[in-house]
Amino acid sequence: MLVHAAKRFAGLFATLIVATAVVFLVLEVVPGDPAQVMLGINAQDDTLAALRDQLGLDRPAWERYASWVAGFATGDLGTSYTYSVPVADLVAARITVSLPLALLALALSTAIAIPVGVYAASKRGGWQDGGIMALTQVGIAVPNFWFAMLLVFVFAVTLRLVPSGGFPGWEAGLWPALKALLLPAIALALPQAAILARVMRSSLIDALHEDYVRTARAKGLTRRAVLWKHAVRNALIPVLTILGLQFSFLIAGTIIIENVFYLPGLGRLIFQAITQRDLIVVKSVIVLLVACVILVTFLVDLAYALVDPRLRRR
Amino acid sequence: MASRGALRVAAQHKTLVAGAAIVAVVLAAALISLVWTPYPIDVLSVADRLKGPSPAHLLGTDQFGRDMVSMLMVGARTSIAVALLAVGIGILVGVPLGLLAAARGGWLDETLMRANDLVFAFPALLSAVMITAIMGPGAINAILAIGIFNIPVFARVARGGALSLKSREFVLAARVAGKGEVRIIAEHVLPNIANLLIVQGTIQFSLGILAEAGLSYVGLGAQPPLASWGRMLNEAQTMMALAPSLALYPGLAIVVTVLGLNLMGDGLRDLLDPRLKRRTV
Amino acid sequence: MSGFFAVEGLDVDIHGKPILEGVSLEIGRGEIFGLVGESGSGKSMTALAAMQLLPHGAEARGRILLDGADVLSVSEAAMCRLRGRRIGMVFQEPMTALNPVKTIGQQIAEGLVLHMRMTRAQAMERVRALLDRVGLARARVTPERFPHQLSGGQRQRVVIAMAIACQPDLLIADEPTTALDVTIQAQILALIREIVEAEKMGCLLISHDLAVVAEMADRVSIMKNGEIVESGRTAALFANLSHPYSKALMAASNHVPKRAKGPAHSPANHGLQPILSVRELVRAYPQPRASLFAKSPPVVAVNRVSFDIRPGQSVGLVGESGCGKSTLARALLGLEAPNGGAISVLGQDPHSARGATREVVHRAVQVVFQDPYGSFNPRHRIGRVVAEPLYLLRGEIDAREARERVAAALTEVGLTEADMAKYPHEFSGGQRQRIAIARALVTRPKLIIADEPVSALDVSIRAQILDLFADLRARHGLAYLFISHDLSVVRAITDDVMVMNGGRIVERGRTARVFDHPRHPYTRLLVAAAPRLEEALAARQRIEEAGTG
Repeated sequence: MLVHAAKRFAGLFATLIVATAVVFLVLEVVPGDPAQVMLGINAQDDTLAALRDQLGLDRPAWERYASWVAGFATGDLGTSYTYSVPVADLVAARITVSLPLALLALALSTAIAIPVGVYAASKRGGWQDGGIMALTQVGIAVPNFWFAMLLVFVFAVTLRLVPSGGFPGWEAGLWPALKALLLPAIALALPQAAILARVMRSSLIDALHEDYVRTARAKGLTRRAVLWKHAVRNALIPVLTILGLQFSFLIAGTIIIENVFYLPGLGRLIFQAITQRDLIVVKSVIVLLVACVILVTFLVDLAYALVDPRLRRR
Repeated sequence: MASRGALRVAAQHKTLVAGAAIVAVVLAAALISLVWTPYPIDVLSVADRLKGPSPAHLLGTDQFGRDMVSMLMVGARTSIAVALLAVGIGILVGVPLGLLAAARGGWLDETLMRANDLVFAFPALLSAVMITAIMGPGAINAILAIGIFNIPVFARVARGGALSLKSREFVLAARVAGKGEVRIIAEHVLPNIANLLIVQGTIQFSLGILAEAGLSYVGLGAQPPLASWGRMLNEAQTMMALAPSLALYPGLAIVVTVLGLNLMGDGLRDLLDPRLKRRTV
Repeated sequence: MSGFFAVEGLDVDIHGKPILEGVSLEIGRGEIFGLVGESGSGKSMTALAAMQLLPHGAEARGRILLDGADVLSVSEAAMCRLRGRRIGMVFQEPMTALNPVKTIGQQIAEGLVLHMRMTRAQAMERVRALLDRVGLARARVTPERFPHQLSGGQRQRVVIAMAIACQPDLLIADEPTTALDVTIQAQILALIREIVEAEKMGCLLISHDLAVVAEMADRVSIMKNGEIVESGRTAALFANLSHPYSKALMAASNHVPKRAKGPAHSPANHGLQPILSVRELVRAYPQPRASLFAKSPPVVAVNRVSFDIRPGQSVGLVGESGCGKSTLARALLGLEAPNGGAISVLGQDPHSARGATREVVHRAVQVVFQDPYGSFNPRHRIGRVVAEPLYLLRGEIDAREARERVAAALTEVGLTEADMAKYPHEFSGGQRQRIAIARALVTRPKLIIADEPVSALDVSIRAQILDLFADLRARHGLAYLFISHDLSVVRAITDDVMVMNGGRIVERGRTARVFDHPRHPYTRLLVAAAPRLEEALAARQRIEEAGTG
């Protein structure tokens, strides 16, 4: 168990380092002169020189890379070119919107998908199963941002039950803030829940065909008891894999959805930064989001060991 | 005899037929748009803006007076082209990598799989953001970004399939017959993982359509005057209260296309799954 | 004998297709009742009907009486109270029969809590007693263990502990030892017999293996195609078989191919150059690290093995799973490079030979694998499958001659030229094994390595394939390396035998000598554990005579 965790942890660290290197290469080395990219071809020579100086372009690339990565530890990620504020402060303000939104969506989609998947599997072949399968088939096909637009149209524009966008900030209180995140979270969660429910169902049906289910039935357990006590936990193993993958989709989804609801999160930040060609902001935000995905993959790996004792050794 | 057999297959695989029919319609619309659309989409006409459905404009016009049917047809072309090329990148790069990893094993396998995990950590949207940041927006970005994300997907499928075949006795028998790695892959491995790749290809195709829509919605994909469904949704957003149908049609187009592809994928899996096949033989 | 458990006129249909027809049997307390038959005979279906665990779409008619009450007519809820409480069941596959994510203690306790209304603490106390009862306490197997931490034999003991936890009246054992090695099989069978006797349970033992049934069962029914063809007290029944199918089954189980007179192995062959010569061969695999700081020692699968095979000689290699026999075969075939020692085929090392030499070497040694279903690319026609090794002769023979060779090889194994156009799935298991042999013959090899070539086949098919091997050897002077876990198969087909254990060859010699007078303790253990039909029937005979007399 210890070796397993240590190996995984070393892997996590190595992946993070390589990911930062990739981002650095793409954004600062491949373009040749990042200052030129940021200012465009019509830039004045002295502004260019000033920006080159700010970026420290006279230093070799590996040195700039090292000081940038070190910045993640010290919290100094440089100063945004367009906002003229430290990038760390920008990110810190925006992440309080994006991260709760992604987590809320993840929780919502899991909470919906698992019971629905189990129910469909327990009624497999029946009309309830057929209905759920048809519904999830459509759910998978719906783009979350379009679903979000429909939700806004119905609940905000027509029924006026919730605000159609914007974010009051956490200082406005828990409820108003949550209320602003509710529609976006639902829009993100439902299409993901459709996928997850299908995986849960099929993996549970597979589990119900395993030999140990027959053994448990031979002990005198009812169908229901076998389902809950034996099959569900085994069926969760593939579901975990999908859950890990889904987080990466959720991150991307969050960034897009923030545009529908005008939420001041990392997504808005990154798009404003791109329009302004503010590479200083772009590279740090990308690394942060990638790090989130890598971290979740790591947690999913650890969760495997909790669900499946076979993975605890090694 | 052959056509009767085909009919029977069609009757047994209703999802496949339904999915393929939807995909065929979308594909036809996209292809026709190359040579003909009811109206040109790069001509703006304020006089015709926001018209309702009529015999002249079956689905009406948008806020710039462009014909919705024409826009949807061109949008279909953009979606399909981007998603298809992205799948092509995934297959052409991913499958050889996966086969190589499975054949060589050891540190090479380990390295390639780690690299795979790394690419997985970059959702297509983030890759697109990076590419756009240095190259500016465009449909090519979307193709590259989605294509890069497809590479590890196909590499995994190919590697998994090849590994499960590696220890199969018919592959061992081919090695005893003196055949080399490349020949064995061509004769025994590829034909037997083709099904897996086809099914995965349909799945990635439909995911590609969704991803392309997302990217062009946030302005990282196709740029005007090229129409795309995602972009149409973006433009419709400000008009939601005024003309909700502008947001309805492109969204429905995406849903129907993705649904068709998913149904086709499910149907193909049922059709190609050797376990099910053996039962019908 | 009046039984407390009886099946009367049981019919089972699945989706309207009859699976069982008119099956009747009766079991008394303390009695072991054997049900034998080949695959598809319906013996497992009979057991599942008694448990009311038939697959979807199955319909059972007739009566299954437990102390006079009909099991087929009770509700599902009542059946749940019966399963595990009055009838316990042991399944074939110990590797998959246990839930991998629950401890064995939890799994054994489950039935106790359910049926005996025990508290968790009481149940765990009883679990410890049960682990002791099935001989696991001695092996220090505690209830906190997970299934993957146990060996196959230990898992089967856990399954038995689960089945007997609530002291059921009837124990159903469906091929309980088929997936296990012979030495483990002997222990598990002894355990079942001892438990049935001590607890005065009835036992329905299902097996494809006549020797196992003869050793264990007081009475036997022989099944074929969903019907019982013959029943009776074991020794008496086997002494006076009347149904043609049971006679054929008995003959096939004892089958020994006729010894050929041709160029088979004789002392004269000793003068010939060996085809295959192996010296001090070592094959080791690296192990994953057990801790951060210490590198685990490699697993030595084949440990300094040496032997020769001369033209026309048939050599057996026996051993239990994991002894290294398949690894050895893969090294000989050039599929895995050895870590030490030397292999020489016709004086050449197959691993270092290149070009034309390599092809000559590989042409001389061909292979037949175990699994008749995995041996062929499902997308290739038989003509292409059998022609594959002719790749070694590319440039030497043209397409016409290749086709002729394939046709000839198919004829040799009892198939026809017309079969070349068919796909593998169109053939039965036995026919596929013939195709695999044809593929091995097509290069006209000197030696065929056969890795468990008949293990997946029913006894009657097995006898035919063994005959084919013997016949081909007589006609072409082929040498065989015959790898098997089944002593009776090796005895039937080989002149010399090597016994392998823990990567080493522990004993070798003439087959009859080694099996009749084993010298090494491991060989003695192996020979003693292997059930033998004649001896079992003789012992049964004595019991039955003592019973009547």
